[in-house]
Amino acid sequence: MIYLDNAATSWPKAPGVTDAITRFLNDTGANPGRSGHSLSIEAARVVATVREQVAALMGAPDPLQVVFTLNVTHAINIALQGILRPGNHVVTTSVEHNSMMRPLTALSDRGVSFTAVACAPDGSLDPALIQAAIRPETVLIAVTHASNVLGTLLPIRSIGEIAREHGLLILVDAASTAGCVPIDLINDTIDLLAFTGHKALLGPTGTGGLIIGPRVNTSELQPVFQGGTGSRSATETQPPMLPDLLECGTLNTAGLAGLGAALSWITTQGISCIQQTCRAHTTMLLERLLAIDGITVYGPLDANLQTATLAFNIRGMSPSQTGQTLDERYGILCRVGLHCAPRAHDTVGTFPDGCVRFSPGVFTTSEDVTAAADAVCCLAGEAAQ
Amino acid sequence: MSDHCVILFPTSAHVMRAEKLLQEAAISCRLIPVPRHLSSDCGFCLEVKYCDCANVCALFDDKKLIYDETARLT
Repeated sequence: MIYLDNAATSWPKAPGVTDAITRFLNDTGANPGRSGHSLSIEAARVVATVREQVAALMGAPDPLQVVFTLNVTHAINIALQGILRPGNHVVTTSVEHNSMMRPLTALSDRGVSFTAVACAPDGSLDPALIQAAIRPETVLIAVTHASNVLGTLLPIRSIGEIAREHGLLILVDAASTAGCVPIDLINDTIDLLAFTGHKALLGPTGTGGLIIGPRVNTSELQPVFQGGTGSRSATETQPPMLPDLLECGTLNTAGLAGLGAALSWITTQGISCIQQTCRAHTTMLLERLLAIDGITVYGPLDANLQTATLAFNIRGMSPSQTGQTLDERYGILCRVGLHCAPRAHDTVGTFPDGCVRFSPGVFTTSEDVTAAADAVCCLAGEAAQ
Repeated sequence: MSDHCVILFPTSAHVMRAEKLLQEAAISCRLIPVPRHLSSDCGFCLEVKYCDCANVCALFDDKKLIYDETARLT
């Protein structure tokens, strides 16, 4: 089996993840912050360690500004609903995932407006278009770090500088990049960073978070969820301090233990090293796919301008048929269709049929890449007959 | 009076951050359940030697770590 669906979720996970989860459930297991006994304290230490690890990996100055969530969608919802009020305007892009577009669309029913700036068909974005879309009522620029369909990296630092110039906040969706592209909250001028633990961070599903930068006025954040935190227990209002302001209910502690192991592995390897590995896969796949007659490859077609995400279609064969044949005949697992990003496919010109997406990961081998390219070559030949 | 005091924090995450800062500064401490006469919070707080309390608070102020109150144990 060849797993090329790491953009959906990474597999396998980092060494140590399964052991950390098992160890937590067997040996710790208690609820952090809800009791004062030794196991509760130990559980809190596990969570605190992961908070410190996330902050260190993402260049966040204060670990207490790291709020754990179940996934990046959860984090984006908390950010958007926490900041936006009726009458506010948001600038976003045309390559966003539905994790961004659906909350924005729902908020538009509550008096929030947004402009989705058009990216080029390869997913690239001219930052000047972001600047041109800013209105007097704009309060937030909300963009993905990389297209989940094309892999195209967006110029978030330039966009962040525009946000600074106009006194706006910037929310970055790092679902596709956290763990495989270096991110520094301060140097990349990010105010809110939403991440998931189960993709390139190589942790388990059910983990993610929102990092709140120092420019965000937390007293103005409206929590989406209210509930138990273990703190300020005598009051029936949400505590005003991060992380508890935005982090209530029992955390996925076992998952966070696993994420901690994954972060340790990533830190040991180095994100730049992981990025190089993924770039090598991307370069190899691009060279092979672009040499095949009868297929169209989408995106920037340059490993330095994208993540290890390659979108393509075989002429004469639907994406679903391609994916099914790759799975059943070759044991190659990938994702086809719209990838929860209809507007991105509209930008590319592949809506509504979608495309095939290969997403190798850090554990993919060059043999895997070669076999996948050979299989696509065979299918393209069959489709042409 | 005890020769220890406790420091209460707004969240358990703050307590854990405090513990890490004190470990890095080689100041001994331990985490204990929040004394009920001081707070109704569910979690735990930090116990340090009373003689270290002023230095510990100065460290937290320097690191911009917010704490709620200190109380000498009886």
